Amino acid sequence: MDLKTKLEQLREENQKRIKETEDLDVLNQIRVNLLGKKGPITEVLRGMKDLTPEERPKVGAFANQIKADLQENLQKRKDALEQAALQAKLATETIDVTLPGDQVPVGTPHIIDQIMDDIEEFFIGQGYQVVDGPEVEEDHYNFEMMNIPKDHPARDMQDTFYIDDQLLMRSQTSPVQARTLEKHDFSQGPLKMISPGRVYRRDTDDATHSHQFHQIEGLVIDKRITMADLKGTLLALAQHVFGADRKIRLRPSYFPFTEPSVEVDVSCFRCNGKGCAICKYSGWIEVLGAGMVHPNVLTNAGVDADVYGGFAFGLGPDRFAMLKYGVDDIRSFYQGDVRFLAQFKEEG
Amino acid sequence: MNVSYDWLKELVDVPATPEELMDKVSRTGIEVDSVSRMADGLKKVVVGRVESLKMHPDSDHLHVAMVDTGEGELRQIVCGAPNIKEGQTVIVALPGARIGDNVKIKRGKMRGVESDGMICALQELGFANDIAPKAYDAGIYVFDEALKPGSDALAALGMEDAVLDFEITPNRADALGMRGVAWEVGATYGNKPHFNDQPVVETGKPVADYLTARVTDQTDAPAYQMRVVDNITIKDSPLWLQRRLWNAGIRPINNIVDVTNLIMLGYGQPLHAFDYNKLGSKEIVVRRATAGEPLTTLDGNAHELTEDDIVITNGKQPIALAGVMGGLDSEITAGTHTVAIEAAMFARTPIRKTALRYNLRSQASARFEKGIDVGSINKALDEAARLMAALGDGVVATGTLDASHVAATPVEVDISLDRINHILGTALDAQMVAGLFDRLGFGVKEEDGLFAVMVPTRRWDIHIEADLIEEVARLYGFDNLPSTLPTTTMTIGEFTPSQARRKRSRKLLEGLGLTQIISYALLSPDKASAFALAPSEETHVAFPMTEDHQTLRRNLISGLIDALAYNVARKQTDIALYEQGRIFPRSAGHSRPQEVEYIAGALSGNVIQAGWHQAKQPVDYYYVKGIVETLLADYRLAQPVAYEALVDDPAMHPGQSAKIMLDGEVIGLIGRLHPQFERDHSINETYVFELNLDALLAAARTEMTAVPAPKFPSVTRDIAVQVPQTVTNAEIQAVIAKNGGKFLQDAHLFDVYSGKKLAPGLKSLAYTLTYRRGDATLTEEEVTKAFSKVEEALKAELGAVIR
Repeated sequence: MDLKTKLEQLREENQKRIKETEDLDVLNQIRVNLLGKKGPITEVLRGMKDLTPEERPKVGAFANQIKADLQENLQKRKDALEQAALQAKLATETIDVTLPGDQVPVGTPHIIDQIMDDIEEFFIGQGYQVVDGPEVEEDHYNFEMMNIPKDHPARDMQDTFYIDDQLLMRSQTSPVQARTLEKHDFSQGPLKMISPGRVYRRDTDDATHSHQFHQIEGLVIDKRITMADLKGTLLALAQHVFGADRKIRLRPSYFPFTEPSVEVDVSCFRCNGKGCAICKYSGWIEVLGAGMVHPNVLTNAGVDADVYGGFAFGLGPDRFAMLKYGVDDIRSFYQGDVRFLAQFKEEG
Repeated sequence: MNVSYDWLKELVDVPATPEELMDKVSRTGIEVDSVSRMADGLKKVVVGRVESLKMHPDSDHLHVAMVDTGEGELRQIVCGAPNIKEGQTVIVALPGARIGDNVKIKRGKMRGVESDGMICALQELGFANDIAPKAYDAGIYVFDEALKPGSDALAALGMEDAVLDFEITPNRADALGMRGVAWEVGATYGNKPHFNDQPVVETGKPVADYLTARVTDQTDAPAYQMRVVDNITIKDSPLWLQRRLWNAGIRPINNIVDVTNLIMLGYGQPLHAFDYNKLGSKEIVVRRATAGEPLTTLDGNAHELTEDDIVITNGKQPIALAGVMGGLDSEITAGTHTVAIEAAMFARTPIRKTALRYNLRSQASARFEKGIDVGSINKALDEAARLMAALGDGVVATGTLDASHVAATPVEVDISLDRINHILGTALDAQMVAGLFDRLGFGVKEEDGLFAVMVPTRRWDIHIEADLIEEVARLYGFDNLPSTLPTTTMTIGEFTPSQARRKRSRKLLEGLGLTQIISYALLSPDKASAFALAPSEETHVAFPMTEDHQTLRRNLISGLIDALAYNVARKQTDIALYEQGRIFPRSAGHSRPQEVEYIAGALSGNVIQAGWHQAKQPVDYYYVKGIVETLLADYRLAQPVAYEALVDDPAMHPGQSAKIMLDGEVIGLIGRLHPQFERDHSINETYVFELNLDALLAAARTEMTAVPAPKFPSVTRDIAVQVPQTVTNAEIQAVIAKNGGKFLQDAHLFDVYSGKKLAPGLKSLAYTLTYRRGDATLTEEEVTKAFSKVEEALKAELGAVIR
């Protein structure tokens, strides 16, 4: 048998063995046996010394060809076996992707604070300052400075938590406006502020009353602030809070610290003005009070009411939350029931 | 104020339905809450005449009446009312009628006798008991005039009239009378009212023959006017007057009292009628009461008066509480023959306080509180005298007693067109503005854009420019104002550092699994004072609504525990809550408390519930401490925070609580609640923390400057330190830090052991020490040298055994 035949026979036999091997270790053994220094191909090549110089390169090339073929077969088989092993491993690793994920503790901001934060950021964006003030307030700032003189019915002991003759729990956040007005240097520019915070009234807690609740009051004072500016500002606010399609309307009202005074209705966000239970079939919902700052309030704070003027508004985040999310009992905000509080994931 | 649509139409042209009027007036002047008609939902109720009457054969109190209801044939109706009589004109509900309370009337038999309808009392048509005339309390209502049988009884009773509920704000007390409402409605539509006033005819003796009147202090009663009507007969008022009263929610009494109420409704001017013959003297003196002076008011209640009450006296003792309620002794009764009528203006505040003091607020006192039109005091008085004489067949004494009076002069307010347009953001012209003032009945002169506006006394709310601007704005229409945004020089809007930090701390705790609550700042004294970080005075509100809400809190934990207990009571036991808010400590000698921003949390139950893939994780001290440390780390404090065991707070577990210290100051607390406290509050094992945010904001911070990522590798060495149980981690850490050398970066505690493998009283803490040089790779020798220094120090300073 010549060398060439031997080589071809080797290839035939081993290709079959490689193809039939199911085990990577066995395959590796085949490779070592076949291609190693003591393997049959080396053995065959060793017999080349007996060949003629003409035949030697031919048989040599042929032997290399056979070797390459077998190497390729080995590699292919190895890849196939590895792939199969991987597939088998993956099959055992399959999980039920519908099982629930791990619980990661996460808290929820209070819905009132969400509303306050949202409104604060809205006004920050328009160049307003957010001003905090004391919750224990002087009668002077809470009432006197706001043009609510001594014998005004709103100052009855029945309505306000007094601590002593001079001190009380603030019943509104407007005293913060009075304090800021007093300090503001108008030569440095206009005053644009909101004052958010907790306020207190001497009410019995029930579904619609709470002795503690929240207010955000706004104030803009400069030389050329108009009631049209108030209307535009409140329209932008209403659309920000209640939706871009909202309209507002102003109705005459009375507050001691503004003149003219208005109550502001927003077109119903539930029925879009057609009439529903939320808006009591009027198409409108009363959301806040506003007006042009009463000259007495400016004069009280030492601001020249002939030169400066502007608008003020006040809104109740509790009421906003009740309206917007259909909360029917204001006490829910203060009881701390986690099932109630945790449902208000942040908007936006 | 209940405004009768029918009455209003007599005073001014109203080119609108009641519903349209409600909408329009609400947008331009005064909010109208509702339109209602007493007849709403009622039907088939007619006038009937009782033609004959006989006793029911089978009853000792029922009558069988034959009633003419205008159908030719008489209708047989069984009636149980004791006051039914032949010849009466009555209210008949026909079969198929619907009356009050949605009751349906059917033909039927009463004790065997056919009854073809029902004769009604006013209450059966929906009248409130305190409005239906008292005379008919025990039976059916009887018309005092012979109305046509079969005609609409609801119309005759005025029940089909639309009543508009005007919500009068304090500045618009001018609309607490129908005349004021007529002016307002007229201005809305551009129509002037027409009142058709008739002059009073004085045919009696001079009033001075009857009475004198005097006011001791004109500030208490700036105006006090009286008239006398003599020879009157007391009887029921005619139906038209009764209708007006009950549609306004006032009960008809008799012709004299009804006239005082009618005039109050018409003019907004409260009146009082005295029985002249029961005054006990011939003089009226208005003065302050003396302390303890007795007076029994019309309602039969006896009062001991105070010096703050203004009273009407007969010169000796009080006969009425001025502006609030008359006295029982001089009440108008069936036998009254001569009436003294009072029309006055009293000081507002004393009237309000007196009405509140004796719980006697009424339509009259409310009007005096809010102010009255000085220009109509005498008009109202004259009209009252005229009507009383007419309805009581009496004569009006000649003249008016003038104890005090106020001149009724219009007020001039000047304003420029520019000012109006400047404030409203409009471009109105002078003619338009003058037209609006004219619609209100204000006199107006205009020259070069300057208006001189004469405001009549009926609009006493108007005295400055802003008041006129409001009138222009509302009548021009708020809808017609443009919508713009303020144009000013630029301002910067940004949160203050404190506001930004508070928001950030809130977000951080939410990210760490805590849900925000808002609790009450006013608590019971016990709750307000618990958990305080420093001693402080209590601050109470003077007149709390309840004991639970009377003292300003000096901690946030009590509110969190209330919320926790609320949840536990509802079977919610895995709870993590926080609150950010103020506490109110007060220093002795100061009346005003400080206000300090705090943040606090309370956790109970499992932070992670057992799941198919997770073991449950119950909250414990170290979990909560991890939250506090994460929050504090965010503040980049320059000084280290220390935890000192807190053993003496009665609400806290003595072995699992700590004060949180910064720079020698207490800035917070952390720990488990005392198990006894937990039991007392019906809550489970609970861990709390509280931090003074203002103290954190004020504390020194580390600078934020960039440090490049390390270029050279770090080396770690583990060390197990065996020490007595009493030695704390903080002490070991302190020794390590002090002796660690300049290359020590970190000492991380990774194990704490005490148990069988150690002798009792011992524990072992294991740390990984990390060393690194910034400028070179550390050599083995450098690390070993530094490490042994730590080992030696631990042995020497803490008696530790290094393992």
